Amino acid sequence: MAECHPVGFQWVMEAKARGAKVIHIDPRFTRTSALADLHLPLRAGSDIAFLGGIVKYILDRELYFKEYVVAYTNAATLVGEQFQDTEDLDGLFSGYDPATGTYDSSTWSYEGHQVAAAAGQRGAGPSGDSSEDGSSQDGGSDRAAAAAQEMGNRGANLEHSGVERDETLTDPRCVLRVLQRHYARYTPEMVEEVCGVPQHLFQQVCEAVTANSGRDRTTAWVYSVGWTQHSVGVQYIRGAAIIQLLLGNMGRPGGGILALRGHASIQGSTDIPTLYNILPGYLPMAKSGMESLDDYLDNVASPDQKGFWTQAPAYMTSLLKSWWGDAATPENDYGFGWLPRINGNHGTYQTVMDMLDGKVEGYFLLGQNPAVGSAQGRMQRLGMANLKWLVVRDLNLIESATFWKDGPEVATGELSPEDIETEVFFFPAASHVEKEGTFTQTQRLLQWREKAVDPIGDRRSELHFFFHLGRLLRERLADSTLERDEALVNLTWDYPVHGEHDEPSADAVLREINGYHLAGDKAGQPLSTFVEMKDDGTTSGGCWIYTGVYADGVNQAARRKSWRDQGGPWLAGEWGWAWPANRRILYNRASADPAGRPWSERKALVWWDEQSGRWTGHDVPDFPVTKAPSYRPPAGASGAEGLAGDDPFIMQADGKGWLYAPSGLLDGPLPAHYEPHESPVRNPLYAQQANPTRLNYGRKENLSNPPATEPGTDVFPYVFTTYRLTEHHTAGGMSRWVPYLAELQPEFFCEVSPELARERGLDNLGWATIVTARTAVEARVLVTDRIVPLHVGGNVIHQIGLPYHWGVGGDAYVSGDSANDLLGLSLDPNVLIQECKAATCDIQPGRRPTGPELLRFVEDYRSRAGITVETGNVLMTAGPAGEVS
Amino acid sequence: VDNSWYGPVDPAPNAGWTEAPPRKGFFTDTSICIGCKACEVACKEWNAVPEDGLQMLGSSYDNSGALGASTWRHVAFIEQPKALGNQEPGFAGTAAGAPMTDVLNRTADSALQGDRNALGTDMAAVAVGKVDLGMPGMQLPGQADGAQRTDFRWLMASDVCKHCTHAACLDVCPTGSLFRTEFGTVVVQDDICNGCGYCVPACPFGVIDRRVGEKGVTKNVGIAQKCTLCYDRIGDGLQPACAKACPTTSIQFGDLDELRERAEKRVEQMHAAGIPSARLYGENPEDGVGGVGAFFLLLDEPEVYGLPPDPVVTTRHLPAMWKKAGLAALAMLAGGVAVFAGGGS
Repeated sequence: MAECHPVGFQWVMEAKARGAKVIHIDPRFTRTSALADLHLPLRAGSDIAFLGGIVKYILDRELYFKEYVVAYTNAATLVGEQFQDTEDLDGLFSGYDPATGTYDSSTWSYEGHQVAAAAGQRGAGPSGDSSEDGSSQDGGSDRAAAAAQEMGNRGANLEHSGVERDETLTDPRCVLRVLQRHYARYTPEMVEEVCGVPQHLFQQVCEAVTANSGRDRTTAWVYSVGWTQHSVGVQYIRGAAIIQLLLGNMGRPGGGILALRGHASIQGSTDIPTLYNILPGYLPMAKSGMESLDDYLDNVASPDQKGFWTQAPAYMTSLLKSWWGDAATPENDYGFGWLPRINGNHGTYQTVMDMLDGKVEGYFLLGQNPAVGSAQGRMQRLGMANLKWLVVRDLNLIESATFWKDGPEVATGELSPEDIETEVFFFPAASHVEKEGTFTQTQRLLQWREKAVDPIGDRRSELHFFFHLGRLLRERLADSTLERDEALVNLTWDYPVHGEHDEPSADAVLREINGYHLAGDKAGQPLSTFVEMKDDGTTSGGCWIYTGVYADGVNQAARRKSWRDQGGPWLAGEWGWAWPANRRILYNRASADPAGRPWSERKALVWWDEQSGRWTGHDVPDFPVTKAPSYRPPAGASGAEGLAGDDPFIMQADGKGWLYAPSGLLDGPLPAHYEPHESPVRNPLYAQQANPTRLNYGRKENLSNPPATEPGTDVFPYVFTTYRLTEHHTAGGMSRWVPYLAELQPEFFCEVSPELARERGLDNLGWATIVTARTAVEARVLVTDRIVPLHVGGNVIHQIGLPYHWGVGGDAYVSGDSANDLLGLSLDPNVLIQECKAATCDIQPGRRPTGPELLRFVEDYRSRAGITVETGNVLMTAGPAGEVS
Repeated sequence: VDNSWYGPVDPAPNAGWTEAPPRKGFFTDTSICIGCKACEVACKEWNAVPEDGLQMLGSSYDNSGALGASTWRHVAFIEQPKALGNQEPGFAGTAAGAPMTDVLNRTADSALQGDRNALGTDMAAVAVGKVDLGMPGMQLPGQADGAQRTDFRWLMASDVCKHCTHAACLDVCPTGSLFRTEFGTVVVQDDICNGCGYCVPACPFGVIDRRVGEKGVTKNVGIAQKCTLCYDRIGDGLQPACAKACPTTSIQFGDLDELRERAEKRVEQMHAAGIPSARLYGENPEDGVGGVGAFFLLLDEPEVYGLPPDPVVTTRHLPAMWKKAGLAALAMLAGGVAVFAGGGS
């Protein structure tokens, strides 16, 4: 955190000064470790074993927050008899189909109820058949069926709000007992063997987090997005979620799982998404086969389930009204037919494959430098060299705009500028101080920022670029009568402009996002909350979760009232605006006990006020404000009505925090430790080596180093991980062109332990060549005690640290080989994120060969390891298919 | 007693300022420095200090090397196999091997020993043949006492011009380029400095230096440069750029008297927190430079950070020397007079 978020780290230091204990778990000793009370080095890619060990510690000693767990989580809910765990199937869950590498998750459902395996299956395809058998409609046959694509980013649905519970937690099929059996083998000894973390250190962490949780105390887990960048990335976060739910640390002040995002407003770019699979406010993207708005809405939430997703018709209709205005009518389904459809995985890496295969003509890059910043840099560049056109908007002439003339493949002779047909258009971009708008940070806080200076020269804002691009396209299509052009022709595209360059009004965009009434007394007035949204076309709103940011016609995100003027450093609710409804802590109903009283005075946040019959407190209650704690819904009630007075997790289909996920995930209802796709270690926990549902791309551009289950592992005996340094920003577009930053970390380097340096003859400040099946890169050597070799399974594992800020090109102040070129692609099936924080390599002293020699050098490694396109692509290692299906 | 040359004194009034504001200074609390180098960057941005070389130094995360004409804030990174209070680095029980002697390590200390300009030359040549000087910061990586690594600490500290009460640089400046401000700080006027360089060896901390670079490309080549404590900001009621940018308040700016009180309390806190080696550096008006305007909280001996343990103003004996020189001159004059007197007889 100190490395990548030094400004935010000031608050950790503040907390430490007040007595908080800071524990840092990281393969290397970083600037964060330097200030922490306790640092634990662990093997990259072993985190689930570590987290599972903590779960076991909590359960064995019954240290969980029992009242909280019984009332607010699904610990008491019974799981169906058909469910089989990794304990039963040596690392697989029930429902695995080895032919497709996917699960039919219907066997994971709660007792007595069929649970849709994934939300997309409810609608059951073009026929509109809404049968509830939850059978595997396409999950089995379509490897590209990511949960993200199916569901947007919302919680999975359930067909019914009712479930069977055993609040004594004794039934062997209740979730808590399932959990206990699942983690039975995650002993401290096993944690040591898998993670390389000595038991006495592991013990300290277990004691610290349990002692610091309960009525009076809460513990927070903080991660940076590297935690997600694994073939089991989603399950890492699930692991932390289980711990936090067991300890009662969700929905309470000082608790939670805090994701530190990689850039300013990355949170905003998922809320108002730049992702292919979701629409604003985490509504799912429309899929091919969805003929009508009803088809689509059926797919979002079952009308029979609990919680606020049942209001999706109002959110979606308002979104369509904001896009198509008067042209969106009940008769034409509010323009639903004009939405593009997705028919599979269109994620960033699939798009690169499609580029290589000649299926993509053009590509926009905005503030992104995939030639350096994305995994498989070489494949990124080869893909971009196979386009017709490429638009790059950036502050500087980044490597993604110059790879065609000075990239590594030009040096090796694989590409030559004369032969590349990609036409590259470079547009200089305005920086954040040259434009106005909002940033949304990880706490969901929107903060409006003013423009400080006018953009210099040809620099323009993204808003300017897209508004005028849309304007020009619409002008050209104005007379079109083609059906395919209707979406553009009918779009509301009427933002006021100002200034010399006709800059569109960012304020008008924020107002549109907030939404407004279209009919009645209040027509034209801004909405004040998403509860006002209607599904009858009488409201408009561009992103339901942002509704309220312009409540009362005031830009709430621009509020700058100091905490000093708000009664102290508490939540400072009048600084900026947080979605939804300015709530600072989500699910904060859980900060009070089932009867509505704070768990303790020290941790009071919101509570039930009996006299006024309302929820009240320091934060905006995240609960129907007049629903009493004692309220029990009538049988069969659904939606918000279906929530009981003690169902704090109001976006979940049963109102409970999910220790066990009966649906919604593609790789299992519980996190299980799998080795990374590339690992020199045989999985000590199960016969199943790696995530059996990970998405691999076995092709000649994307070869894998052999895992421990295959011969050839010894050719790539070391583990490497990639990361950022404080001095640079991601792929360097904002730092390597700035001399004051470039000089602070001028060269690509690798961090190695003294032990590895001796083993391989590496000299401090000398050169090293790091090799994988993809390529070889050279780096200066930094020998440091901050990297320690670890004992893993009786062997010593050496880890190599590679900051990924440098790239090969001619325009930056400093350049160098790119660590991301070493990485292959193996993706988490749920969200299609790449595994880039744990892979294997070799390291040798000296500089790498140049020109075509480099290709021969890498080829030699491949042949020594016996690598083919099949290497590493055996998904199931847990035994014959017949035994597990 | 005239303390103009040595001993406690309030430097601004002593320099002739009437109605001087309270003396300003820095308190740099290294115990909460996270090594982000925002101070280095903010300083360069505000003061238009040029880039200072694009070489990796191989000395932990320090690639600035030392304070100099083009580095007015410098963050030192010190990796040592020593414990820091009750901190648990997590290395005990891991698979650290035997001490390694075949990997040579350069550190900022060796940079401070030698010609700073050499840092910008061939690093490979510098790296080979360096010897361990036995300084605390010279521990070779992995060269712990035994085969197992146990204790470890990574210290970070942002160094800066000390703005001495008795500033030798100022004393020896023949042009008046260096002067004492009303805030008690010491500032070089780059349009007056003639680049004579007398100030460079006069500084007991090795802070001030003449800028190297290509004339016409880099500004002020040959001119002595150092921290001004943002004279152009504090005069307008602003904080110096480094203090403003510091995310953890490791760099604190304010009235020196108040900073000293704050620092004393912080040291007590650190002692209570199990770090008895925490101490202040440069805050004592009785020390060899009369106390400094930019003092530090260190977690160990000053040498660990590359700071002189007992700095003394190099012009301490100047009055006595002048007195003796004067006496000698008088004696010679007297002798000459005697000769002439004798010759005339």
